[in-house]
Amino acid sequence: MINMMSLDLEKIRGEFPVLHQEVNGKPLIYFDNAATTQKPKSVIDALSNYYQLDNSNIHRGAHTLADRATRYFEETRTAVKAFINAKEDNEIIFTKGTTESINLVAASYGKKFLNQGDEILISAMEHHANIVPWQMLCEEKGTVLKIIPIHDNGEIIWEEFEKLLSERTKILSIVHASNALGTINPVREMIKAAKKWGAIILLDGAQSTSHLPIDVQELDCDFFCFSAHKLFGPTGLGVLYGKRTILEEMPPYQGGGEMIKEVTFEKTTFNEIPFKFEAGTPNIADVIAFKKAIDYINELGKPVIKKHEDGLLEYTVGKLNEIKGFIPVGTAQEKVSVISFNINGMHPFDVGMMLDANGIAVRTGHHCTQPLMQRFGIEGTVRASFSVYNTQTEIDRMVESLTKIAKIKNR
Amino acid sequence: MSSINDIQNEIIDEFSILGDDKESTIFYIMELGGKLQDFPEEERVDENIIKGCQSKVWLTAREENEEVHFLADSNTDITKGLISLLIRVLSGKKPKEILDAELFFIDKIGMGNIIGSQRSNGLSAMIKQMKLYAFAYQTKQNA
Repeated sequence: MINMMSLDLEKIRGEFPVLHQEVNGKPLIYFDNAATTQKPKSVIDALSNYYQLDNSNIHRGAHTLADRATRYFEETRTAVKAFINAKEDNEIIFTKGTTESINLVAASYGKKFLNQGDEILISAMEHHANIVPWQMLCEEKGTVLKIIPIHDNGEIIWEEFEKLLSERTKILSIVHASNALGTINPVREMIKAAKKWGAIILLDGAQSTSHLPIDVQELDCDFFCFSAHKLFGPTGLGVLYGKRTILEEMPPYQGGGEMIKEVTFEKTTFNEIPFKFEAGTPNIADVIAFKKAIDYINELGKPVIKKHEDGLLEYTVGKLNEIKGFIPVGTAQEKVSVISFNINGMHPFDVGMMLDANGIAVRTGHHCTQPLMQRFGIEGTVRASFSVYNTQTEIDRMVESLTKIAKIKNR
Repeated sequence: MSSINDIQNEIIDEFSILGDDKESTIFYIMELGGKLQDFPEEERVDENIIKGCQSKVWLTAREENEEVHFLADSNTDITKGLISLLIRVLSGKKPKEILDAELFFIDKIGMGNIIGSQRSNGLSAMIKQMKLYAFAYQTKQNA
């Protein structure tokens, strides 16, 4: 049994309207949280309230609504700063998502500071968003992408990582928690090791930020990226944290309004950080609503959330291991609440469809980690990922369905 | 030999027995896939892969007595089931019949709801490819 003493699950589930529906005639079980989490009513209300009461363009407005919208917008920046323990508000840049955050660093920092022969180090378990922007940079600048290999259980091979580090390593860009396997990488140790060689560190926190306490100062990473929609916030919004000294040295990413100090046809001077990197009217409503998502997590408390999710994960692994034909993919010691697997003889897409027929939402496929799937010699996996509102009863229903599905090919 | 429309009506009848239960319908489609004629290994090449399908689908066609005969395979069981339905309806028919065929059974059995949008796109790609083969054989026969 999972210890759920510290969470009032009924109350929590009551706060997420989307959960209360039937899919294919069965109560919805939402196990696709690593793709995106559902939104609590406070976030949905904040979006609606903004458009009904406060809608206005921010910064430089001489009227009350603009002032109010600006204040709420900047309050989220302060909340994000506290949430990841950055030093200053202006180290928080709003982007479209983790993908844009990484692209921003690759395009801006990469273009200015990287040269031919410099090396960028990533791991074999990266999401395409932490591969392709660097490949594009390599193409343009003649830099070299190096890949840290992983063990069969989905953990980094430490010795190989150390061997890859050298004075040529300019950037270590690494996923904090793998979206496809759930592996939590030993980022503290990795950052320390890479810093000895003077590398700049980017952490892809898309999957870690909703589960693990994040302290960017303690981690001593130079950049940290995450997406709001994976932690109960709106879609189309992400964060790039960067150390002030580095952000100030970086050239703007896009040109337009908001990011300038003064424009003449002869020359433009750029605004200070963070506005230098926020060209154009930002995603105001979603930024404002995002604060409610952060408040929601803070109120529940990340350690409590993590404990609940860990309990669900452990319970699921135990149950699934009993199913004949169950093949886990990624069995690292330290994991977030993601379980990737295959059923012997069956395509993950088919398994996903059969679960959906029972109202159970999981993700199937390569999870935007094709090189990782190639590493395991598989086409894809079925991935169930849990959040704070999931229950043991829901897992029992998934296990029951999977037992039936697995029997088709594993009698 | 039953006409394309007769076969479609047969399929509609079969699926109507399953009712609205999505799980049973999917199991049935997979069962149909299991009965698909073996696909020759030498034809399992990239040139025979249908583009636009999420899962891998191989399709070949040959002409016999002015009729087009299809063989196909997939790496997923549900897709194999879908292919088997298409083959049952279209294989062994004259090119003109295949080209003129209006595949109403797909909507009638609510296939879109059963398989979702990604697989529906794949299904359209399969039909298109089968019609392309029919067109090629028709052109050849008229030459």
